[in-house]
Amino acid sequence: MFQAFKALMKRDLLLAFRHRGELANPLLFFFMIVTLFPLGVSPEVTLLRKIAPGVIWIAALLAALFSLENLFRSDFEDGALEQMLLSPQPLSLLVLAKVLAHWLVSGLPMLLLAPLLGLLLAMPEPAIAALELTLAIGTPLLSLIGAIGVALTVGLRRGGVLLTLLIMPLYIPVLIFATNAVTAAAAGMPIAGQIYFLASLLVLALTLAPLAIAAALRISVS
Amino acid sequence: MWQFLHKLASPRYFYDITGKWIPWLGGLTVITLLAGLYYGLIKAPPDYQQGESYRIMFIHVPAAWMSMFIYVLMAFWSGINLIWNIKLADVMTVSSATLGASFTFLALMTGSLWGKPMWGAWWVWDARLTSELILLFLYLGYIALVAAIEDRRTAARAGGVLILVGVVNIPIIHYSVEWWNTLHQGPTVTKLDKPSIHLSMLIPLLIMAVSFKLYYLTVVLMRARAEVLDRERRSAWVRELFGAKESR
Repeated sequence: MFQAFKALMKRDLLLAFRHRGELANPLLFFFMIVTLFPLGVSPEVTLLRKIAPGVIWIAALLAALFSLENLFRSDFEDGALEQMLLSPQPLSLLVLAKVLAHWLVSGLPMLLLAPLLGLLLAMPEPAIAALELTLAIGTPLLSLIGAIGVALTVGLRRGGVLLTLLIMPLYIPVLIFATNAVTAAAAGMPIAGQIYFLASLLVLALTLAPLAIAAALRISVS
Repeated sequence: MWQFLHKLASPRYFYDITGKWIPWLGGLTVITLLAGLYYGLIKAPPDYQQGESYRIMFIHVPAAWMSMFIYVLMAFWSGINLIWNIKLADVMTVSSATLGASFTFLALMTGSLWGKPMWGAWWVWDARLTSELILLFLYLGYIALVAAIEDRRTAARAGGVLILVGVVNIPIIHYSVEWWNTLHQGPTVTKLDKPSIHLSMLIPLLIMAVSFKLYYLTVVLMRARAEVLDRERRSAWVRELFGAKESR
């Protein structure tokens, strides 16, 4: 069982590295959205510092959504997804492998880029550390929840906007706790509560989301 | 009881028996609605602080209750459909969605009309208002998903998964929104001033709540009947039903 998990993850990572150009797209998207805010709102440092957590998190949320859109697409088109449905391994586990591989190539780079964006928006150091922590817990959460929506819309030709409509409301708790933690850290307050809450959400999503993704895939593909 | 439920799950029996229920349910809806409005708008005394404008509560509160009730009901039916594969359950879910969304919209709109004279603003980012708005988004997402998938059965099943995911998330969303709000600002917005509501206001409120439930039942059954006919339009009993009527 674990071997299937590993094999699928390896395959997905390999596929991702073969299309290296595409890997950078969500990152660029993430960067550009953040860049638009000083231009659109105001370059004033105090204001930027205040809105920075929300801006970076909303940009991360959108970038995660857009990068997720193609999570099952190519597998669906070339039939690999049907083979996964037919395989004796539990589908929820295979799905988890795919989501994890996807997070490694899309979520993790965002994590590396985020401190730079924090500096650009004049965030204080403790806030940047908190931002990293919340992104580390939060982006896998975004991938897991988002994958449910992707699985539901995989059979549709134009699933993009629909996916956003389905998933956005479910992202709200993550956004609230994450930005709250960063804002609190900037003010020098303890953030353990928010982090624990995010972590428990992650555990919940890790256990339940693969089941929902698997059920959704079975419905979409049949 | 089980036998009856089992029979009810057959589209044909459902179509026949609900056809008999609907006039009764409709009649009861009108009676309770008139009674509720009479007691609410005329008999109930004006509020000692809010004056007459509190009377919108008799629409607002039942609508808000219905908006949540219908979502839970839809989750219940989706569960039944996904577990036992009962066609009628997803007919009911699909037929409920627009009603649920309308009740949510009604609750938001009446709330905003009530908020203007009371709080001096059409909208405040209060926890309850925000949760209700998110509930509206969840309904609209469901409707969009069902509309986007062409095959009816697949659409209903996919929608069912979404509803179940949503119902797990609703408490989380609700409490996180509440937490977000309480951290950002103190309770600047006062809700109903009295924790316990006076009996002369409670009775019309409850009558209205019953009336809204009956209205929902009437309309959802009408919609479900139409949906059943549409899905079963190739089956013998539907042809017989309408062939017979046309030839008469």
